[in-house]
Amino acid sequence: MAECHPVGFQWVMEAKKRGARVIHVDPRFTRTSAVADQHVALRAGSDIAFLGGIVNYILQTETFFREYVVAYTNAATLVRDDFRDTEDLDGLFSGYDEGKRSYDPASWQYEGMREQATPDAPGHASDEKQRIGDHAGGHGTTASGAHDVERDETMQHPRCVFQLLKRHYARYTPSLVEEVCGVPREEFLDVCEAVTANSGRDRTTAWVYSVGWTQHTVGAQYIRAAAIIQLLLGNMGRPGGGILALRGHASIQGSTDIPTLFNLLPGYLPMPNAGSSADLTEYLGGITTPDQKGFWVNARAYAVSLLKAWFGEAARADDDFGFGWLPRLTGDHGTYSTVLGMLDGKVEGYFLVGENPAVGSAHGRLQRLGMAKLDWLVVRDFQLIESATFWRDGPEIATGELSTAGIGTEVFFFPAAAHTEKSGTFTNTQRMLQWHHKAVEPPGDARSDLGFYWRLGDIIKKRLADGTEERDAPIRALTWDYPLLGPDDPDAEAVLREINGSYLTGEFAGRPLPAFTEMADDGSTSGGCWIYTGVYAGGANQAARRKPGAQQSWVAPEWGWAWPANRRILYNRASADPDGRPWSDRKAYVWWDPALDNGAGRWTGHDVPDFPVGKAPTYRPEPGTSGVDGLAGDDPFVMQADGKAWLYAPTGLLDGPLPAHYEPHESPVRNPVYGQQANPVREEFRRKENPSNPSAPAPGSEVFPYVFTTYRLTEHHTAGGMSRWLSYLSELQPEFFCEVSPALAAERELEHGGWATVVTARSAVEARVLVTERIKPLRAGGKVIHQVGLPYHWGVGDRAIVQGDSANDLLGVTLDPNVHIQESKVSSCDIRPGRRPRGPDLLRFVEGYRHRAGITVEGAE
Amino acid sequence: MDVRKTFLSWPVIRQLSGPDPLGRGAAAQSARTKELRPRTKTADRVVDSICPYCAVGCGQKVFVSGERVIQIEGDPDSPVSRGRLCPKGSASEQLVNSPSRVTTVLHRRPYTAEWEEIDLDTAMEMVADRVLSTRARTWQDLDDHGHPLRRTLGIASLGGATLDNEENYLMKKLYTALGAIQIENQARI
Repeated sequence: MAECHPVGFQWVMEAKKRGARVIHVDPRFTRTSAVADQHVALRAGSDIAFLGGIVNYILQTETFFREYVVAYTNAATLVRDDFRDTEDLDGLFSGYDEGKRSYDPASWQYEGMREQATPDAPGHASDEKQRIGDHAGGHGTTASGAHDVERDETMQHPRCVFQLLKRHYARYTPSLVEEVCGVPREEFLDVCEAVTANSGRDRTTAWVYSVGWTQHTVGAQYIRAAAIIQLLLGNMGRPGGGILALRGHASIQGSTDIPTLFNLLPGYLPMPNAGSSADLTEYLGGITTPDQKGFWVNARAYAVSLLKAWFGEAARADDDFGFGWLPRLTGDHGTYSTVLGMLDGKVEGYFLVGENPAVGSAHGRLQRLGMAKLDWLVVRDFQLIESATFWRDGPEIATGELSTAGIGTEVFFFPAAAHTEKSGTFTNTQRMLQWHHKAVEPPGDARSDLGFYWRLGDIIKKRLADGTEERDAPIRALTWDYPLLGPDDPDAEAVLREINGSYLTGEFAGRPLPAFTEMADDGSTSGGCWIYTGVYAGGANQAARRKPGAQQSWVAPEWGWAWPANRRILYNRASADPDGRPWSDRKAYVWWDPALDNGAGRWTGHDVPDFPVGKAPTYRPEPGTSGVDGLAGDDPFVMQADGKAWLYAPTGLLDGPLPAHYEPHESPVRNPVYGQQANPVREEFRRKENPSNPSAPAPGSEVFPYVFTTYRLTEHHTAGGMSRWLSYLSELQPEFFCEVSPALAAERELEHGGWATVVTARSAVEARVLVTERIKPLRAGGKVIHQVGLPYHWGVGDRAIVQGDSANDLLGVTLDPNVHIQESKVSSCDIRPGRRPRGPDLLRFVEGYRHRAGITVEGAE
Repeated sequence: MDVRKTFLSWPVIRQLSGPDPLGRGAAAQSARTKELRPRTKTADRVVDSICPYCAVGCGQKVFVSGERVIQIEGDPDSPVSRGRLCPKGSASEQLVNSPSRVTTVLHRRPYTAEWEEIDLDTAMEMVADRVLSTRARTWQDLDDHGHPLRRTLGIASLGGATLDNEENYLMKKLYTALGAIQIENQARI
């Protein structure tokens, strides 16, 4: 955090000054470790074993927060009797189909929960499980009948979640943690004691991760494992608690909320799927069922308001509000599948908008080979990044695989406006929208992306205005009449206002909606992203508020605007006990005040309560009540189908209801925990362009005996497009380097300051050697494991101030099955002294490695 | 008589007679240094902004002079950052004023070796041509079972995490209406 989010890290230091203990768990010793109370070096890719060990410690020592766990989680809920755990099946859960390499999750469900209706989708059977994952990735999951599942509040029933958890993690002992992670037992127990001692009524512990945690074939389960710890200890929905994702781009949160992502529509509504979204009603059936609890029951209002925002008058009730115009998915259309589509000649045109995949995405060579097959490529950026110039100076030109005269890709480079040259909002990593004001005009032909896309849409709309093609109907209907502040300069506030939404009829017609709870499902309201409704409440740009922090409360509610409803901590009903009283004075945040509203009572506190404000803690719905009314007064998790936080996920995940340790896709270590080596349902692409290093115990794994991990540096930004063209930053970190321990340096005769070549089945890159005690050899899986650290900011091209080989060229493409994110934080490799071969010799060199490891081009296994 | 021009203003006299006997501060200050003002003092205006690098969201103050950004500093009012910026945020003046920033539209024809400058309006029309012809060529109306698809797999897009919410919104809206679904950003990477 000190490396990549240094200004955010000031708050960790503030907490430390007040007595907080800071523990840093990371394969590397970094600037964070330097100021932490404890640095725990663990083997890259072993986090679930570490976190699972903490879960086991909490359960064995009974240090969990019993009252919180019983009341607010699904610990007491019973699971079906045909569920089988990894304990029973040596690393698999019940429902595994070896042929399809996927799970049927039916047996994972709660006792009494009706099976999810499987939409009739002939021909898409193999995609059906994926559909559930892509849907759930957005909005949680449907859970039909989840409002009255069976519970045993004594948590003694052998099939209750609590007992399943105990059994599943019993194996994750301190000695297993030591064997898997390479973390000495005492060091591990130190962490367990610190975390449990600092949790409860009076204290909370926060877990902070950077998105490297997501970059594993079990990435979603990493986060789940941390969630289990936090729920057992009662650290969710409370100040100083939570699981905080540190994200690396100014609006990466915003671009997930208002998604430039294939599987989502704004506000975590899923994109419709072919065969299961015949109409709006069938589509909504995949999001929510009428008999579940919580706010997702109102999904029709969110979806209809979105369609009204997009299609205006043309979105009519008798035509399903234009829902039929939306394109349909048939599986994984993520960025890596799309690149393979380029290689196969299926993708003709590609827009790159402030991204540099030739350097920043896994398997850079695959990215560049794919782009070389496009008909046309549009790059919008400040500088001539490597993804714009691969056709003249990419690494494949040097190896002879590609030639400039042989690349038919037509390339357009459009200069982009900087943040100082346009107005708009970024959503930061804590869900807060902050408006930045335009300071100057962009230079020359530089335009904002708002201007570019508005103009492109305007041209296309005009061309199709008089057409009759049915496929063009949504373009003709699309609302696109934004006020212009200049040529190609639509008013961003008008767009924000559309996102917020408006009343369309009645006495408030034309006025912005104050809250998403005002959205209607009959077409009388519009709103482009329901969770952002309120950002333009009262006709004012709430995201532009800048009341100085020193002049308001520590929650600072009048700086910017956080979704939803300007709420700064989600699920904050859990900061009070079941009766609505703060768990302790020290940790008071939101509570029920029975005296308010003339004795009727109301939720109040330091933040906007995340609960129906007039619903008393004692409220109990009539049996069978669903939706928001179905939430009991002590159901804080208002977006969950049962109002409870899920220690165990009965549905929604493709790789199991509980996190289990699997080795990375490429690992020199045989899984010490189960017979199952790696995540059985990880998404693999077995094709000749994407060979994998053999993983233990397969023959050939010894050819790649080391583990490498990739990361960022304080002085650079992702693929370097915003840092390697700046002289200050280039001077601070001029050159690609690899971090190795003195022991590995001795083993491989690597010289500090000299060159090393790092090799995988994909490629070989050269880097300056940094021999440092910061990287410790670890003992894991019965042997010494050496790790290599590789910052990934550099790329091969002739335009940036500093250049170099790209660490991402070493990676293959293997994905987490739930979210299609690549495993880029851990892989196996070889390392040797000296520079890599040049020209075609590089290809022969890597081929030599593949041959020695027995990697065949066809099977690629 | 201007006292600064007399021998009394000699540094050695100031060092011996003033509060700076070691000559490391005021005594060593030259007349020119004394006259220097931070360029932020003479800015025409100061505009509130947010750092464009990571997602912490530090407040920035953008100093503008002569319709040019002359400096970017941390905003002390921000409850997020309290005026601090990291090395990247502190370098953001270079980001916007980089001499190598491209300011014209460039075009590389298939199989050729060089960029050519091209007019913005022409380039926009050319991109619209390509979008529409690719879309028409690769349009999928129904799947094998007669279920509607209404899409093209011929067009893809990557980017959004560095952009504004409003920009992401228009992108998703336009692409979806066009039937382009392979729309992705750094959040998947």
